[in-house]
Amino acid sequence: MKLHYEIPANDLTYAGEASSSVKKKLVQLGIDPALVKKAAVSMYEAEINAVIHGNGGFADVEVSSDRIIVTITDKGPGIPNIELAMQEGWSTASDEVREMGFGAGMGLPNIKRYTDKLDIDTQIGEGTKVTITVEFNKRL
Amino acid sequence: MKLREVVEILDATLISGNDLDMEIVSACGSDLMSDVMAYVKENVLLLTGLVSPQVVRTAEMMDIKVVVFVRGKVPGENIVELAEEKGITLMSTDNPMFIACGKLYDAGLTGKGVW
Repeated sequence: MKLHYEIPANDLTYAGEASSSVKKKLVQLGIDPALVKKAAVSMYEAEINAVIHGNGGFADVEVSSDRIIVTITDKGPGIPNIELAMQEGWSTASDEVREMGFGAGMGLPNIKRYTDKLDIDTQIGEGTKVTITVEFNKRL
Repeated sequence: MKLREVVEILDATLISGNDLDMEIVSACGSDLMSDVMAYVKENVLLLTGLVSPQVVRTAEMMDIKVVVFVRGKVPGENIVELAEEKGITLMSTDNPMFIACGKLYDAGLTGKGVW
């Protein structure tokens, strides 16, 4: 099953719609709730990142019998230092984002925590592609 | 502990949801949604002073069924509608975070529900 979603820029009110829709579909497919949570949380964090840092973008989701692969592609400034971005607590988010309960430097670390495989392809000035894989034969 | 006991202990106002017989075994207090996603390990009752649609989104992703807004905060209509759509119970208490958590803990809700 393949799904495609647009992620609007800078609108935190609707951020999470795509992840919510994917979560619902995974539940309908009868996938183990613990695995659904892994996929949903990591996609949600990546979606939030695309909204707050990446000027929006799109999400492509591929669900097969043994895994889910989520690719979030944004049109943002890129990540200058991935090592720093992966550190818990390191953040470049605005005060507005912090007021919504995010921007605490937990986004990418949380994605790593919940996924079996995380790939980050970033180009300065062009954007970032985050690919998340959750295997259905592994639990948290 | 039943949800109705939580309502009584916190003198809370129910905003959405009506399953007061729901069993609550653990709770987590946080204003930081990324921390909720990082550290919550099981279905908990979430106490928060943050009022935003992302509280409901986070609850949805983490299978959190109940959110208690502390310090007398009341969510806007868009947040309530989202919670109703997702089947998440919302309530509000005038108690500040520390006191609300303390009252529930004192009443026996001691499961921490986080890593």
